[in-house]
Amino acid sequence: MRNLLVIAALLLSASVHALTADQAKAIAIGEGDARIEALHAAVAQPDAKTIAFIQALSDDAVKVVAGKPVIVNGDKGMDPVSGVAVALPDTAEDVMNNNRMHGELDNALAALKLLSPDETVRRAAIQTLQGNVDDSSLALLDKAFSQEAVADLKDQLGQLRAAALLGSADKAKRLEAASLLGQSAQAATKTLLMERLQVEADSDVKVALGNSLRKVEAKLAWGDRLGAIFSGISLGSILLLVALGLAITYGLMGVINMAHGELMMIGAYATYVVQGVFQKYLPGAFDWYLLASVPVAFMASALVGAALERSVIRFLYGRPLETLLATWGISLMLMQLVRTLFGAQNVGVENPSWMSGGVQVLGNLSLPYNRLVIVGFAFFVLGAVAFLIGKTRLGLFVRGVTQNRPIAACMGVNTARIDTYAFALGSGIAGLAGCALSQVGNVGPDLGQGYIVDAFMVVVLGGVGQLAGTVYAAMGLGILNKFLEGWTGAVLAKIAVLVFIIVFIQKRPQGIFAMKGREA
Amino acid sequence: MSVPISLPSKAPLLSRAGWSAFLVALIVTCAVVPVLNLLTPPDSVFHMSDFAVGLIAKIMCYAICALAMDLIWGFTGILSLGHGLFFALGGYAMGMYLMRQIGTDGNYKSTLPDFMVFLDWKELPWHWLLSDSFVATLILVVAAPGVVALVFGYFAFRSRIKGVYFSIITQAMTFAAMLLFFRNETGFGGNNGFTDFKRILDVPIATPNMRMTLFVLTALTLLGFFLLARWLVGSKFGRVLQAIRDAESRVMFSGYSPLGYKLSIWTLSAMMCGVAGALYVPQVGIINPSEMSPANSIEIAIWAAVGGRATLIGPILGAFIVNGAKSWLTVTYPEFWLYFLGALFIGVTLYLPDGVVGLVKKLRGESK
Repeated sequence: MRNLLVIAALLLSASVHALTADQAKAIAIGEGDARIEALHAAVAQPDAKTIAFIQALSDDAVKVVAGKPVIVNGDKGMDPVSGVAVALPDTAEDVMNNNRMHGELDNALAALKLLSPDETVRRAAIQTLQGNVDDSSLALLDKAFSQEAVADLKDQLGQLRAAALLGSADKAKRLEAASLLGQSAQAATKTLLMERLQVEADSDVKVALGNSLRKVEAKLAWGDRLGAIFSGISLGSILLLVALGLAITYGLMGVINMAHGELMMIGAYATYVVQGVFQKYLPGAFDWYLLASVPVAFMASALVGAALERSVIRFLYGRPLETLLATWGISLMLMQLVRTLFGAQNVGVENPSWMSGGVQVLGNLSLPYNRLVIVGFAFFVLGAVAFLIGKTRLGLFVRGVTQNRPIAACMGVNTARIDTYAFALGSGIAGLAGCALSQVGNVGPDLGQGYIVDAFMVVVLGGVGQLAGTVYAAMGLGILNKFLEGWTGAVLAKIAVLVFIIVFIQKRPQGIFAMKGREA
Repeated sequence: MSVPISLPSKAPLLSRAGWSAFLVALIVTCAVVPVLNLLTPPDSVFHMSDFAVGLIAKIMCYAICALAMDLIWGFTGILSLGHGLFFALGGYAMGMYLMRQIGTDGNYKSTLPDFMVFLDWKELPWHWLLSDSFVATLILVVAAPGVVALVFGYFAFRSRIKGVYFSIITQAMTFAAMLLFFRNETGFGGNNGFTDFKRILDVPIATPNMRMTLFVLTALTLLGFFLLARWLVGSKFGRVLQAIRDAESRVMFSGYSPLGYKLSIWTLSAMMCGVAGALYVPQVGIINPSEMSPANSIEIAIWAAVGGRATLIGPILGAFIVNGAKSWLTVTYPEFWLYFLGALFIGVTLYLPDGVVGLVKKLRGESK
């Protein structure tokens, strides 16, 4: 309300047409169409009283006394034109506003709010008016456009003005609007142009509309393409996280771990538990629970992995098919265990506030923060793994044991312990993947099942025992998948990718990057 | 001068005891069960319930799959994680025929299957053309899984993909097929699949006699496949398969090309699964894409492993043991079923590499 008074003050200084008794009557009483017409006329040249009157109408605070509209304020009545108090008899009738009238009143108020000195109010008003403008609001839009100082709001107002112009009866105005709208990169503009193109009768305007439409479409296409690349990279980084652990357990150690997905699930549930602990004991630091859950998820999965290696997997080295079946059994048991502990339903894991929202890059392209964080996290984990395997003593031992177990043992390496460490490392990375997945998808007992086929595909495609291959395969598959998705739909894209991998493996059974030397 | 090589004399198809057991199985399934189910009054102690008949029929279908899995895994050393696909393909081929047999009795009273009316399709898609004929359906039941297996196997075995690699890409194959069949556009009823069957060969499907006919047919198929497998394994062909399993390189150096052998047994195994699927669908009354889920295919492997790989009777026993336990546990202790199954996977691979049959042999050997 204060806003409106300020606007009214601004308007008064420009001194325009004042609300007349006839006008107020026309707006409040009569047939719907006539009232809306009167409303449009009043809004085109508003004064403070007009605004107060429209606000009152919108609040259902207007009654009719002796054929005249009266603004009701508590138990007192007030004449909208003169401002003098009017007695409110019991016979006063309510002014009835149907939905359409309410919509028009809201639009009128929003249009008036475009002149508010408060930026957020103007921004909200522009949002409200999006798609609701026509000829009648043009005068006000022109005024708001010329006064607007904030650059992006001015752009948006320009678009709004163009949309209003487009509905104008004047051909020149429509032509101007068509060329103005060509500068937009909004999906909504495309719809607007296409709608107008269908009803437009004038051939000149049609040509102009067509041109603009092509321009807008070209811009949108760029957004779409970049969007597909980004979601491809995002999917690729998830695949990378999922496959990295497998690249160690399967790629380096040769263990077919079908329970890999369930180790991810454990990581995701560990994140859920940490979230619960923060909610209960540290609600002030809730935004940082995710940072705390990263090491917890790693350790939880790593410990489970180490236990599995010690109790089951170590007895099956050199028997890959048996390992496959036994780890499948483990995965079934882990899934059921989680169902017993946490219930069969999905549990809710919230994004911390700093991960919601996103960066707006183009009109139709915004990059969500949670996706960006995961891309960064994937490469951070990749770097850490590469460092661990390539530069540390543990990595040296792991490589040594992988390449030649007897010689490594002769050199005094405790190969059994290294096996446990390496498997725990791979499992821990699966836990990290689960922690990341909890931020973008559902956390439930079946979380791992959906990724296990994909993860193996990435490792097999990339070439066993190759971190670089895993990276290229994950990113390649992610981007390929997203591009095919835009073209064929999600399911067919997925099938196409699987078929592609199956065919590719036939051609190059050793993957993109084969191990050099006799190992291959 | 050539040194005479003494070959072991050709073993009979079954031993005397084996033939006796076989005859007993034949009599039980084809005479005793029908009498107990159809002719014994329901309140008699000897009456066999419809539920039991249905359950055993279902498990016999699984046993055919386990037998097929044993041929390819137990005797040739190739672990397929895609046999669920072949099972489902056979099932879908039969299901298409059964859907056409519904005629105009569906909810929409159309000659087209209900789901097509629902999708507003006006005529049958091309891959349904043969579904009206029972003979063509019988051919399709073996041809569809056979052709898929042949093409897939040819490329895979030619590139010498083996071991876990092969297992993983067969899993990807069945996963991709599952996604494909989940789509409505594929023309197989989407995620609802086929159900509500009314009749087969114009005979109502839900009658006791029809149920018993299908039961006996399934039993005969299982016993027939068992003899076929037995004969195959004992033949020269079977010996080469086992040689491939034990030392593929040596087989190649001895002048055999493994491709033809692997491809034939792989395709045969797929066809057997297809037949099992075709017998399964009319008895269970539904087929949907979840039959193709990777989990189902792995379960087939565990039936074979529990019973005992590279013994033909083992997988059949295994199918009965695991599925019997499943139908009991999922009713009495539903939450323990997955623990049990998981423990079975782990226990069998760690402690029972030769399965139940191996255990029995070992116990007998020790007692002697």
